[in-house]
Amino acid sequence: MATMSKELVIIGGGPAGMSAAVAAYDAGIRDILILERDKSLGGILRQCIHNGFGLHRFGEELTGPEYAYRYELQVRERNIPVKLGTMVLDITPDKTVTAMNGEDGLFTIDAKAIILAMGCRERPKGALNIAGTRPAGIFTAGTAQRFVNMDGYMPGKKVVILGSGDIGLIMARRMTLEGAEVKAVCELMPYSGGLARNIEQCLNDFSIPLMLSHTVVEIHGKERVEGVTIAKVDENRRPIPETRQFIECDTLLLSVGLLPENELTKSANIGLDRITGGAVVDQNRSTELEGVFACGNVLHVHDLVDYVSEEADIAGRAAAEYIKGNTASGRSISLSTDGKVRYTVPQRISANENVTVYFRVADVYRDVRIVVRDKDRVIINKKKQKVAPGEMETVTLTREMIESVAGDNLSFSIEK
Amino acid sequence: MIRELTCIVCPKGCQLKVELDGKKVLSVEGATCKRGVAYAEAECTAPMRTITSTAVIVGGGVVPVKTDKAIPKELVFDCMKQINAARVSPDAKLGDIVIENVLGTDANVVTTRNAKL
Repeated sequence: MATMSKELVIIGGGPAGMSAAVAAYDAGIRDILILERDKSLGGILRQCIHNGFGLHRFGEELTGPEYAYRYELQVRERNIPVKLGTMVLDITPDKTVTAMNGEDGLFTIDAKAIILAMGCRERPKGALNIAGTRPAGIFTAGTAQRFVNMDGYMPGKKVVILGSGDIGLIMARRMTLEGAEVKAVCELMPYSGGLARNIEQCLNDFSIPLMLSHTVVEIHGKERVEGVTIAKVDENRRPIPETRQFIECDTLLLSVGLLPENELTKSANIGLDRITGGAVVDQNRSTELEGVFACGNVLHVHDLVDYVSEEADIAGRAAAEYIKGNTASGRSISLSTDGKVRYTVPQRISANENVTVYFRVADVYRDVRIVVRDKDRVIINKKKQKVAPGEMETVTLTREMIESVAGDNLSFSIEK
Repeated sequence: MIRELTCIVCPKGCQLKVELDGKKVLSVEGATCKRGVAYAEAECTAPMRTITSTAVIVGGGVVPVKTDKAIPKELVFDCMKQINAARVSPDAKLGDIVIENVLGTDANVVTTRNAKL
């Protein structure tokens, strides 16, 4: 088995991996290798052919493939080596990466630093416990998106979508444009998990009903989906039997959440956050294993790729500094949450510097304040008209604020 | 008359209140940028949409395409018919025009990726 060594190995060639590679290169690192399992760079953006990407990053509205291509060009211009069609099988706590592909066979790389940029996966139907048969015609929204946008196949003609995440909303429009009839989007929660603009331009534009507090309780059909039974749910999310109704359809798409893909992180014994499903990191996106960084959807699921790129820049620069032997430290402040704030990224702060903290809330809250406290002392008190689980929030802690922290914890809460 | 809209210009999704006299826009409230005001005015008078889809490559496969500017909303499905009838060269590069001046809208349908990977 071939063995090589690299200063920096980046696992994943999507927006996070590419951006991290470029940032590390620009910070002076040359011995970089990107490992990507698909046959080209770009990750999930390759199938996200809709527009709306890049407004923050490039100041213009791009489609997913265009956004990806801009980063691919940056990688190519720098001659950063990439191995495509390469599956990483294992990472050890001493940073040995085991991978394989058709050309090199099985090989290992001793890495000085690793950036985890594996992205996320869709939550599958198995996790939902829907009663009924198991016919053809049930897809996750992202799988259907790949079929339509990359392979050119329509997965069905009459569609019900369960879950109102952004991919589900985008696919409602996409299937409609290609001639399918999208009969309804059912959302278990009393609010949508998707962006308001997508409800407007993907559902309202085509008069597709968004049925909040509704779920699919049964799937019908033997060989192929013939319909689904949906029902309204009560405040405990239990279906109300008398509200059951049958909808004829041949396809059920699921857009019921994304899960960071952290098998490799686990194999390296890196601590994960129970809520995000990603690694626990500091402001540099450094995991608990020294020299291993994480960024993008493998760390926590983002709403916008622009923020993925931003986060990957941080990880790329920090990995470069680590390789050069410059490790920041001096502080160890943990960030805690009140439950209304579900999680923060980073989860800890290890240096006195400006830090932008990303977080999500557990429910829709109106006319509230985002409060950050050092014990009883209020550091940030930010008014918000509305916060919602579907929209990531941020607060920026300045260097002065962090210097002033007396304890070893900052608490994040949503208050009236 | 007051019309409430969700702005679709960017992911922020501002809630807009548009004061209308028939089809004439008197004021726009709630927009946090100029583009939001422009969107509200267009949406209440002549709504426009950018189309993104895929077009068939000669010899097999599909390539993503878009209209390079927004077109009237009522032409969305007609535009889809044009896109689905078009054929793209396997040598097409990102940004190449697939359909010029589609439906007389002054917008071109262009590829958003190289046809060959």
